[in-house]
Amino acid sequence: MTESVAPVGRGPNGPKPRRVFSRRNIFLYGILGLVACYYALPLYVMVVTSLKGMPEIRMGNIFSPPVEVTFQPWVKAWAEACTGLNCDGLSRGFWNSVMITVPSVVLSIAIASVNGYALANWRFKGANVFFTILIFGAFIPYQVMIYPLVIILREMGLYGSFWGLVLVHSVFGMPILTLLFRNYFSSLPEELFKAARVDGAGFWGIFLKIMLPMSVPIFVVAMILQITGIWNDFLFGVIYTKPANYPMTVQLNNIVNSVQGVKEYNVNMAATMITALVPLTVYFISGRLFVRGIAAGAVKG
Amino acid sequence: MNLKTTFSVAAVVAASCAAGGAQATELEVTHWWTSGGEAAAAAELAKAFNATGNTWVDGAIAGSGGVARPIIVSRIIGGDPMGATQLNHGRQAEELIEAGLLQDLTEVAEAEGWADFVNPTSLLDSCTLDGKIYCVPVNIHSWEWMWLSHQAFEDAGVDVPADWNEFVAAAPALQEAGKVPLAMGGQGWQQNGAFGVLTYAIGGVDLWSQINADKDAEAAAGPEMGKIFEAAAAARELAKDSNVQDWNQATNLVITGQAGAQIMGDWAQGEFQVAGQVAGEDYTCLPGLGLNEIISTGGDAFYFPKLDDPAKTEAQLKLASTMISKQVQVAFNLKKGSLPVRGDIDLSAANDCMKKGLEILAAGGIVPTGDNVLTADTTGQMEDLQTEFWSDLSMTAEEAQARYADIISDAD
Amino acid sequence: MNHQITHKGAQGRRPFRPLRNLNAKIAAIPMILTAMVVFVGGTIWTVVYSFTNSRLLPREQFVGLKQYERLWGTSRWQVSIENLLIFGVCSLVLSLVIGFVLAALLDQKIRFEDTFRTIFLYPFAMSFIVTGLVWQWILNPRLGVQNVVRDLGWDSFVFDPLNNADIAIYGILIAAIWQGTGFIMCLMLAGLRGIDEDIWKAARVDGIPAWKTYIFIVIPMMRPVFITTLVIIAAGIVKVYDLVVAQTSGGPGIASEVPAKYVYEKMFQSQNLAQGFAASTMMLLAVLIVLIPWAYLEFGGRRRD
Repeated sequence: MTESVAPVGRGPNGPKPRRVFSRRNIFLYGILGLVACYYALPLYVMVVTSLKGMPEIRMGNIFSPPVEVTFQPWVKAWAEACTGLNCDGLSRGFWNSVMITVPSVVLSIAIASVNGYALANWRFKGANVFFTILIFGAFIPYQVMIYPLVIILREMGLYGSFWGLVLVHSVFGMPILTLLFRNYFSSLPEELFKAARVDGAGFWGIFLKIMLPMSVPIFVVAMILQITGIWNDFLFGVIYTKPANYPMTVQLNNIVNSVQGVKEYNVNMAATMITALVPLTVYFISGRLFVRGIAAGAVKG
Repeated sequence: MNLKTTFSVAAVVAASCAAGGAQATELEVTHWWTSGGEAAAAAELAKAFNATGNTWVDGAIAGSGGVARPIIVSRIIGGDPMGATQLNHGRQAEELIEAGLLQDLTEVAEAEGWADFVNPTSLLDSCTLDGKIYCVPVNIHSWEWMWLSHQAFEDAGVDVPADWNEFVAAAPALQEAGKVPLAMGGQGWQQNGAFGVLTYAIGGVDLWSQINADKDAEAAAGPEMGKIFEAAAAARELAKDSNVQDWNQATNLVITGQAGAQIMGDWAQGEFQVAGQVAGEDYTCLPGLGLNEIISTGGDAFYFPKLDDPAKTEAQLKLASTMISKQVQVAFNLKKGSLPVRGDIDLSAANDCMKKGLEILAAGGIVPTGDNVLTADTTGQMEDLQTEFWSDLSMTAEEAQARYADIISDAD
Repeated sequence: MNHQITHKGAQGRRPFRPLRNLNAKIAAIPMILTAMVVFVGGTIWTVVYSFTNSRLLPREQFVGLKQYERLWGTSRWQVSIENLLIFGVCSLVLSLVIGFVLAALLDQKIRFEDTFRTIFLYPFAMSFIVTGLVWQWILNPRLGVQNVVRDLGWDSFVFDPLNNADIAIYGILIAAIWQGTGFIMCLMLAGLRGIDEDIWKAARVDGIPAWKTYIFIVIPMMRPVFITTLVIIAAGIVKVYDLVVAQTSGGPGIASEVPAKYVYEKMFQSQNLAQGFAASTMMLLAVLIVLIPWAYLEFGGRRRD
C-alpha cells in the first residue's frame, strides 16, 4: 500500500488553477486518484466478498468481482445468523440500536452545546479547570471506567436501565463535543453577544435566540460524530443493558467472532456492511455539511 | 381413596395450577457458547427449561470468557443481574460468593441428593464454599486429548500414531506431504492448555501437582520440567506453520486433513461431529497423548445471582435442578462432546472418544484442573508467557522455564 | 457568588447579576459533575485501588507498590509501551501529514471535490471492529494482497505484516491511518478554508513559492486547528484497543500488544483489577505529563492577552 504515503515536500503550486491539462493537474489528480484507491479498496473488498458464495471465496482472490452474484450472505446476516440460540441475525438489534442512538445523540449534544456556550461566552472562574479535566477525560481508556461507572450508576439507581446507557454515552461524548462547541461559539462575533446582553437577554435567552440559530453547521458535525460513535459502540451497549436491548453491534460481534467450523467471510462482510450502513448513509448524505460545519469554526481557537 | 388423599391430590392440582399461573417466569441466561456444537448443546438446556413452563431468555456473548466476564461481573455488582450465568467453577467465583451476591443452592442440592450422584465429587466440591453449594456443574471437560486426522497420515503414507512419541517421529513425513504436523491456534489459552497437557503426559501427574497445586518453584525450575520445555520447543517447531487463531479453525485443519493433529480439549469433539466425521474412522483421539491416560475434570458450571423477585428465585432453583437431571445431562453432553457430571447414567449413545473418557473416569484416572488450583491471574501470566514462547522461535526453552518458575514462585 | 465573567474584549471584570450567574452555574452542572465525579473521581478511585491487591472485586487491602513492580517486570507491558510509542509517533506524524496534504490538494479548487472527500472520509464511519476485520483480511497472506501479487507471477513477493512479529504493529498502523485520516483531512480542510484569500494574493505578489507559503504562513496561522486535531488524534492513540483485538489479538505472540489491551485483560480476563489499575494509572500519568503543559499554554497564554 505505497499509495498511503503521499509525497510531502512537493505541494501544489497555488490555490487557483487556470489551465485544465497542465502538468500540475495531472500530478494533482494522479495523487488524489491513487490515494482514493487506497481508501476505497476495503469497501470494494467488502462489497464484492459479501456477494460471493463460500466456494468462490476459497478459490479466487479477494479482489476479483463475483462470478456468480448471490445475496444469500446478506439475507443470512440480516435474518438468519445465529447468536447462541437466537437465529434471527442482525435484524434483532437494529431497532435497539436506533432506540439507543437517538436519545443518546440528543442528550449528549444538548449537554455539550450548553457546555461549549458557557465556556466560550460566560467564562466563569474555574471554567478552564473543568474544561482541562474534560479534555483529560478524552484520554482515559473506556475500559478503566467500567467499574467506577457501574458503581456510580448503581448509586444513582440507573444501572441496567436504558437511561443509564444514554447517560454513559453522554459522559463519554462530552469531552470532544464540548471542545468543538467551545471553539465554534468563541469564533462567533463577540458583538452579537454583547449587544444581546445590553438588551438585557439572559443566559438561556442568548443561547436559544441568538446562538442556536447560528449554530446549525456545528450541530450537524456533532450529530454526525455522535451517530457514528454511538452506533458503533459495543462495549457500553453490552455492559449497561440487557439482552433484550442489545444493540446491533453485539450481534455483529457474535456473528464475526463465533466461527462455526469455517469462517463464513461472506456473511461476516455482509453483516459488517449492514451494521455500517446507517453511519455510512449519514456520511454520504451529509459529508458536505460536515466539512462546512467544521469550517464554520469548530476548529478555531 | 380416603378424603385426606383426595384433598392432597386436589392441593397438588391447585398448586400446579398456581404454578401454571405464574408460568411465564423469564430467566435470562448468560453464556459464551456460540460455536456450532456449543450452541446446539445450550439449546438442549433451554428446551428442557422451557418445558418446565418457564422461559429461557438467551444472553449469548461470543468471544469466550474474556469478553463475557466483565459483562457478567458488572451486571452482578451493578445490582441488576441476569438469572443465571455460565462461569468456570473453581476459584473464579469465590469473591462473588463472599460478597453474598450469589444464590445458595444447598437446599435443592440436598433435597435431590446431588452429593450422591455427582461424580467425581470434586466437581461439587469446587461449587462449595463453607459447606454451601453455589453452582451447578453441568459437564466435565478435559484438556488432555490429541486429535489425529486419518486422512493426513494416509496422505503422508504413515500409520496413525498411537502416542506422542510416535507422532513426533511421523512428523517429518507429514511435513514432506505438505501438511502442518501440529495445528495450533495462536491464542495464549490454547498454547498454555497444550503445554499443560504435555506436562501431564510427559512429566506425570505428580510433577504437575507439585508445581501447580503446591506452587513448588524449585520443581518448576528443575530438570524434569526442563524436559517438558524441550518437548514444547519441539512441538513449537511442528506447529509453526499453523497460521490460525481460533481453536476451531485449528480443529478444522485436522478435520480437512491439512494438519496431522491438534492438542485440544474434548470440546473439539463437537466440531468433528458437526462435520459429520466418525471417531475411529476419520479421526482418532488420544487421551493424555497416549502416554498417560488421565483426564482432568474441569468443566462448566452455572451460577445464579441473587434476585429480589421470589418467582424468579423459584425459577432459578428449577433451572438448577433441570440442568443436573438425568435426561438433560445425557442430551446436553452428547451435543457438547463433554462428559456428564452424574455417575448414574448410561451413555450408550456416546461415541468412541466419549466412551474412552468415561472409562478413564470410571477407572479413576482423574486429576485436578488448572482452574481449581490456580487463580485466573496466574493462568493469565502463564498464557502470556506461553504465547510469547510459541510465537517467538528465538526464545529458548531455558529462558521460558526461568520465567515460568518466576510465575510459580509469585503465585498464591 | 465568586463567579464572574471575563469575556474576550471586555475590560477587566464586572460584577454580575445573581440570576444570570445562577443560570450559567446551572448550565454547567452536568459538565462539572462529569468532570469531578466521573473523570476525577474515577481516576482517583483507579489510582487508590492500584495500590491494593484487588482481584475480581475491588477491596481495600493495600500492598504498596507491588502492582507497579510486577507491571514493569512484565515483558508484555514493556512490549505494549514500545508498540504504543511506535504506533503513536507514526500515527501522529502520518495522520497530520497525510491529512494536511490531502486537504491542501482538495483545496486547489479541483473538480469532483465532493467525491474525493467522501471517499477519504467514509472509513471514519466504520467501527474499529469492522476496520480491523477488513484489513486483517486484505493483509492475510493467503487471501489478500500477497496472494494477488503472487498470482500475477511474482512468486517471492512477501507482504504479511500481521503474521510477522517484527512489523505487526505497522499492519495495525495501515488500518488506523485508513480509518482516521479522513476526519483529520476535514479538520485541516476547514482550517485552510478559514485562511483569508488575501494572504495567498499577498504571498503571490511577493513571489513566495506555494510550499513556503504553506509552511511559513498558513500552517502557523492554523495553530488552533492543529491543537484541536492533536487532541483528537492523541486521545485516539492512547485508547487504541479494538483495532488490535480485531486485527491480531495482540499477536503473533505478544508482538502487537498495546497498553489499553493489557489493562482490559488484566482487569477482566485475569481478574486482577489492581494490576489493571496500576497499568492504567501509568497511562493516565503519561497523559497528564503531556496535557499539563498544553493546558498551561492554552489558558495561561490567553489570560494574559
